[in-house]
Amino acid sequence: MIVDLALVGGILALALGVLVARQAFAAVALFIGYGLLLALAWGRLGLMDVALTEAAIGAGLSGVLLLAAARRLSAAPAQEDSPPGRVTRALIGAGCAILTCAVGAAVLLLPDAPPGLAAEVAANQRATALGNPVASVLMAFRGLDTLLESAVLVLAVICTVALAPDQGWAGPPGAPQPQADGPLALLARLLPPLGIVVAAHIFWIGVDAPGGKFQAAAILAAMWLLPWMAGIAPAPPIGTRALRITVAAGPALFIAVGLLGAMLTGAFLAWPSGFEKPLILIVEVALTLSIAAALALLVMGPRT
Amino acid sequence: MSLLADAFTVFCVVAGIGFFAAGTAGLLRFPDTGSRLHALTKADHLGLGLIVLGLLPRAEALGGAFRLLAIWGLVLLASAATGPLLARIAQRRDPPA
Repeated sequence: MIVDLALVGGILALALGVLVARQAFAAVALFIGYGLLLALAWGRLGLMDVALTEAAIGAGLSGVLLLAAARRLSAAPAQEDSPPGRVTRALIGAGCAILTCAVGAAVLLLPDAPPGLAAEVAANQRATALGNPVASVLMAFRGLDTLLESAVLVLAVICTVALAPDQGWAGPPGAPQPQADGPLALLARLLPPLGIVVAAHIFWIGVDAPGGKFQAAAILAAMWLLPWMAGIAPAPPIGTRALRITVAAGPALFIAVGLLGAMLTGAFLAWPSGFEKPLILIVEVALTLSIAAALALLVMGPRT
Repeated sequence: MSLLADAFTVFCVVAGIGFFAAGTAGLLRFPDTGSRLHALTKADHLGLGLIVLGLLPRAEALGGAFRLLAIWGLVLLASAATGPLLARIAQRRDPPA
């Protein structure tokens, strides 16, 4: 109880800190801490899948993206807007207060047994041949959500790459990194072999236990980014066919298998019965590689 | 036997928390970046090591124990690399007199 209260207090304090921080860097640092505490809170609620994703994507990868954005913003400071007038401020305050009250009321007015589909998921769990109910929901019962989630990453990569100046289109992504020596170079050589094993492990146990493709993909992306940041292994040029295929293969394969399901069973994204597990496995492997490549390319950013 | 294991766990974890508290006190109270890094890396890693040691008897099978040790090893490796990185940046910004 005391632990939970301290956790809630910490989350609220960090959220407030993010809002009132004057510098972008400080706000991002607090936001990363906020994400890690949020992951602990999900863990305390027993939702390990969400906790892992929050720690890996919400705090880790988003944190790196935001740090890079903060660095670029500080290089080109935006001009100050004139402060809003008294009426505007009052209106903004009133709007925020009403929204907060409405959300709070909606949470408090929830029925005692909140409506949910957990019972139906549990009842149909065996149909997917997966042990982890979260994996069943992601890959079978709500496969469309997962498909859109991974497809939006491909779109994000295309948009990021498109931001590069004309002469940078065919070159490698991101700013060129100087070759590091000392601790960073050591870490970039030691950690990736271990990290790839850990990512494969997290991917594999996602079938029956918390874990899965997004968490594994975040780790894989980090293991690619590390040698890139140390300047040991430069990223391949954006134009490389293998890179483009890797990014697009996951969602494309998912759609293809979905169409196969439409032909065989009459419903888009339905898994042909008897082949659920091998098909899900193949699609998940492709999705993991695609998501990892997409996340890494997003962090590297456009050629500058 | 289980009483002995429990006592071992409690002793080690409490000692580990003590080191964590000391490390945090150092982070907050020490005057410069170098000393703060020193407090964080040394005290926290001893604390984490003690907590891992205390949890070892409770680990499920050999795999669980191995994972606990791997976590400790990875944290050691990560901060052995990031500590000097931070120290270098701090030295460049604020050269020692």
